[in-house]
Amino acid sequence: MTPVSYFMGLSAVLFAIGVAGMIVRRNLIVMFMSIELMLNAVNLAFVALGRQLGSMDGQVIVFFAMTVAAAETAIGLGILIATFRNRATIDADDLNLLRW
Amino acid sequence: MPLWLFAFLGALAVIASLGMVLQRNPVHCLLALVLTMLDLGAIYIGLGAETVGLLQIIIYVGAIMILFLFIIQLLNLQTEPVIGGALGLKLLGALGAAALAAELAVLLTQASPPAPAAALPAGYGSIASIALSLFSNYLIAFEVTSVLLLAAVVGAIGLARRLPAATQAPVSDEAGENIRSAAG
Repeated sequence: MTPVSYFMGLSAVLFAIGVAGMIVRRNLIVMFMSIELMLNAVNLAFVALGRQLGSMDGQVIVFFAMTVAAAETAIGLGILIATFRNRATIDADDLNLLRW
Repeated sequence: MPLWLFAFLGALAVIASLGMVLQRNPVHCLLALVLTMLDLGAIYIGLGAETVGLLQIIIYVGAIMILFLFIIQLLNLQTEPVIGGALGLKLLGALGAAALAAELAVLLTQASPPAPAAALPAGYGSIASIALSLFSNYLIAFEVTSVLLLAAVVGAIGLARRLPAATQAPVSDEAGENIRSAAG
């Protein structure tokens, strides 16, 4: 039986990898994938703790997180397409109109 | 979940997610992320959350990731060229992420975990128990979710729709007129 703290550690590592992807990558679509990875890392913590407590609430919250992620993906990819259509790039460094 | 299974699945998840960050071809990044999602789904099933694990595979891998794949193909993204200049940023990102991982891991593992439940309730993780929760305690949140999804659908169509040139040009001309008349 794996202790719950191991799952917490895995969740922390996956979240940090998502943060690293957000900082290091300049491709908007890969940055977006990093956000998905962070969401999933938190979901893992919810499921593991729910299992530890013997409660269904953790799994229900994961269900809601998935719904929000689906909505976020639809909007995010719509923004991405609009950006690509107007600027012909999805490199975050090229979108510098509001930068000083 | 036995320890050896956790070690295997956990290592696979970390390697696959690192692959997502480190690969330069967006399609390869996406495939690595798909592997991570499948792996997490397996971990959920191992944790007794069968329904959530299967939903993870159906929704994330089957729907969201395929949507990403469509977008990558639609935009015809190619392998990114190697850029030497951003080395400082990459170093900062790697160091910051390592520090964050260490901090989170210490915090999460040191925090006194709740005592394990004596025995899992019957039907733990089944569709019936999730549905019972969803339609009793979380009924309002569940209903609000439908509004959220509707808003997302409308928003996505509004964002991605190509405006006809006939409606776009006069608007921009008018805006230009307004700016010019305000300036004059």
